[in-house]
Amino acid sequence: MATGTGTILGSVPALWDELTRRVAAGCRFADLFGTAQHDGGLLLTAQLTGPAGLETWQALLPPGTVSYPALTPRLGAAFWYEREIRDMFGIMPEGHPRPQPLILATAGDPPRPGGGSQPAAAERVPEVLPSHVAGPGLFTIPHGPVRSGVVESIEYLVETPGEDIPHLNMRVFYKHRGVEKRFEGMTSADGVLLAERTEGIASVAHALAYCHALERLAGAEVPWAAGLIRVVHAELERLACHLDVIVRLADGAGLAVATARFGWHKEQVLRLVGQLCGSRFGRGVVIPGGVQGSPRIAPAELLATLTELDRSLGVDLRVLMGTASFLDRLRRTGPLAPQRAAEHGALGPIGRGSGSTDDGRAARPYDAYGSLSVRVASRRDGDAMARLEVRVEEIAQSFHLLRQAADELAGVAGGPVQVPCDPAGGRAVGWAEAPQGEVLYDVSVSGGRITRCRARTASFHNLVLMHEVFAGDILTDFPFIEASFGLSVAGVAR
Amino acid sequence: MWALRGLRNGVLTTRWPARPDDYAASTRGPATVLTPGGQASSQNGRPSLAELCPTGAISQDGQGTVSLDQGRCIQCGRCVAARPDLFGWQPGPGSAALSRTGLVVPPVAETPGRLAEVRSGLRARTRALRRSVHLRHVDAGSDGTEEWEILALTNPVYDIHRLGIFFTASPRHADVLLATGAGARGMTEPLRKTYDAMPHPKVVIAVGTDAAGGGLPGSSYAAAGGIGGIVPVDVWLPGSPPSPFSILYAVLLGLGRLPAQEGGLR
Repeated sequence: MATGTGTILGSVPALWDELTRRVAAGCRFADLFGTAQHDGGLLLTAQLTGPAGLETWQALLPPGTVSYPALTPRLGAAFWYEREIRDMFGIMPEGHPRPQPLILATAGDPPRPGGGSQPAAAERVPEVLPSHVAGPGLFTIPHGPVRSGVVESIEYLVETPGEDIPHLNMRVFYKHRGVEKRFEGMTSADGVLLAERTEGIASVAHALAYCHALERLAGAEVPWAAGLIRVVHAELERLACHLDVIVRLADGAGLAVATARFGWHKEQVLRLVGQLCGSRFGRGVVIPGGVQGSPRIAPAELLATLTELDRSLGVDLRVLMGTASFLDRLRRTGPLAPQRAAEHGALGPIGRGSGSTDDGRAARPYDAYGSLSVRVASRRDGDAMARLEVRVEEIAQSFHLLRQAADELAGVAGGPVQVPCDPAGGRAVGWAEAPQGEVLYDVSVSGGRITRCRARTASFHNLVLMHEVFAGDILTDFPFIEASFGLSVAGVAR
Repeated sequence: MWALRGLRNGVLTTRWPARPDDYAASTRGPATVLTPGGQASSQNGRPSLAELCPTGAISQDGQGTVSLDQGRCIQCGRCVAARPDLFGWQPGPGSAALSRTGLVVPPVAETPGRLAEVRSGLRARTRALRRSVHLRHVDAGSDGTEEWEILALTNPVYDIHRLGIFFTASPRHADVLLATGAGARGMTEPLRKTYDAMPHPKVVIAVGTDAAGGGLPGSSYAAAGGIGGIVPVDVWLPGSPPSPFSILYAVLLGLGRLPAQEGGLR
């Protein structure tokens, strides 16, 4: 497994050659980001997921570089990553098909993560409404950033002749919070608090990926009981997120009772998490080196609650998956072909709904997952229905994992749940399978402080695919497609 | 089939605030100082009290009097774990305040009658809203959890429709603005425009620590350290994220509709 200090190649074209060669050989493109160097240069880092785990490949851009040859024309998955590099470092990817602002749209100095100093606040650049399709009667519906309903801020620009959606544009920069820059200078103990808030609905998965990186750096071995408690919280988080998707899908179809029922199940999961640790989102549980403490309710009580929840939720899920008027809205809606999903390296339920069988819990196990039985859910249809089926199967799997973990926990009550973990320096990568897909953290520490923390969320990696799934779909399919993606804008814009 | 499922579990809905609710009472608010006005000396070998807090919510004056700004508390619990003699959790949903300084424990000395003035001013504005109130939510850079907790108010457990409160898509129909997030620069203009589009009278609630005091994202090139500088805030609600009950409390506080037994107004 890579430690994060990957091979540095002589030039950017050499790095691109290597990446395209590795991807052609079956690796999945996972990340591309920059780190500002003290001499004014820029270190480009790419992560690939291969059969042997993560691979890190890098190249240095010398100080004063204003542009580099873009990777996107050769590897489409880098489309948003290179736009992010442009926003964060002010360096232009030459030959990029659309080098416009993505996550940051200001006229000010680029923030240059890794470079230490903070840029001044700058006003947002007034943008022109982009449009890509021309023809008689075509118009653009700007939908957002303030949209109907209680949702996160993002703008969808739907280009349409009235019913079909020949093209969709997204502007995600509205809620960029400067998270990666904010990590700089934090202690490793404070960093986990920010990791939890990078994509709040996946707090536990983010805290895990972040802590895995630090634990790899410090060589810390997390106690068995802590590994189990981590699994319990990670799976409860998966339940809550998947139920949230189901609530939104049912709401979109106007199934009032189903919306209420699944909303109630989700509330019960959040309350159970709150009972276990005090926070309804499992915050403060995961710390570098283990967990903060043992669950506040006994494993037997946890098991009893889970059994009851599994039973009442199971009946509702069976009814939902037999409601024809609901399923008709999902079948052949928002299709993502398995070949496209594989080219892009689509993550989480979106990837697994389109033929992928990659799940970090099984392929690159961490904490207690290696000792528990994890079965990967996968479908090949690629439509909103397939993504829902993957989630429904994952809900059943989560209960299975929760029962195994709670059983094991009963046997190790009272054991240690943390070891010291405060690395003074170095760089390492950590990962965790969030409900939205795999989260990657690349953390650099120097003198006990974070100098660069790259948070690659599944939401960022997957959302770009929304451009491609509207073939044949119409405006009323939009809510189903958006809900079936199940991503968090906070994780995209960071 | 769904109709039968809907009857399956009887009435799940809370009667709070008219009746007490066990879950509401058990939820955790922000950290608080256990004996407000008490003095503490830092002990040898321990970190100073201010260093305990990752968002700088804790401070100590020259006499050693400890104060905690709940508007910056992200509920990490570090102070409670390190100094249980000084800090504890504030129980229950009543963590919202009608002024930003109202979130500081112990309370900052204010001119007498100012709070009463704020309250009666708000009361006069919201009287006309009576029992048909429409909420509009705007995300100004949240981490995504505040949206979940606000949306939870529509699930059958909280069911805010029973109180005559509804969500609306159009700011033109909205009486109350729920704003979340640290005030991302990109949302400054959309937030202000939404506020301007709302008819008078209007009430603004800063939902969550990020909105009330910036939280961890704080003030930077990308965030304004809260929404207080963007729109005039009437109700300040800390929490990372605040629980659905505390959001409901904040809405009722803004509308002057909290019953007397929940009236821990500040």
